[in-house]
Amino acid sequence: MANSLHRDGVRRLVAKGAQLVEVLPAAEYDEEHLPGAVNIPLKTLGTETIADLDRSRPVIVYCWDSL
Amino acid sequence: MSPRAACRLETLGFTAVYDYTAGKADWLAAGLPTEGTATTTLRPGALARTDVPTCAPDETVAIARRRVAASGEDRCVVTFGGGVVLGVLDQSALAGDEDTPAVDAMRSGPATVRAHEDLHALVGRMRARDVAAILVTDPDGRLLGLLHRDDADAALAQAHQTGRQAR
Repeated sequence: MANSLHRDGVRRLVAKGAQLVEVLPAAEYDEEHLPGAVNIPLKTLGTETIADLDRSRPVIVYCWDSL
Repeated sequence: MSPRAACRLETLGFTAVYDYTAGKADWLAAGLPTEGTATTTLRPGALARTDVPTCAPDETVAIARRRVAASGEDRCVVTFGGGVVLGVLDQSALAGDEDTPAVDAMRSGPATVRAHEDLHALVGRMRARDVAAILVTDPDGRLLGLLHRDDADAALAQAHQTGRQAR
């Protein structure tokens, strides 16, 4: 089970090199996303779409909210 | 959605996976920077004045009065613990006994809005209730600034002329 992060934790971890992944659909990502985030919609998350992620660095995933 | 994405990444072999459960809504509500086509959208957080006079609960009305006089604002926000809004000293409180601690003179629990609220709708509510300015806080209750209705009206009018979107 992945660890949950608060906003301040996200900022700290990103400053240390963590990768941000928005899992919302592309249209929502295009409209607005966190700085430096890449878009991998949940429905497409798989071996091919994660190829560009660096496995040696932490990954932070997010969507719209917790609901 | 993000918990499932985090689990999926772990099944794909990633070992350091974190879930920002509060997500983009939380980030926007905190007025933090974003990228994308909507970043020019007018929002309360971007229009709020950030040089709002503040004081600690145990500071006196006299101290708050001096800060307000130097700021050009008409109120002092009482904050605690890294900027969490406790209350407001308005003109009436500021005119009271100068030795009273702010916490005893303040109006508790003032109305606040989030940084990413719909600006049009917010200004409409402020106008209907004759509210000249409202505090903008992040989801943790920390002060981000003070949104003046006049500033918002001016920005919306300019946006209307240039076709810029307000949200």
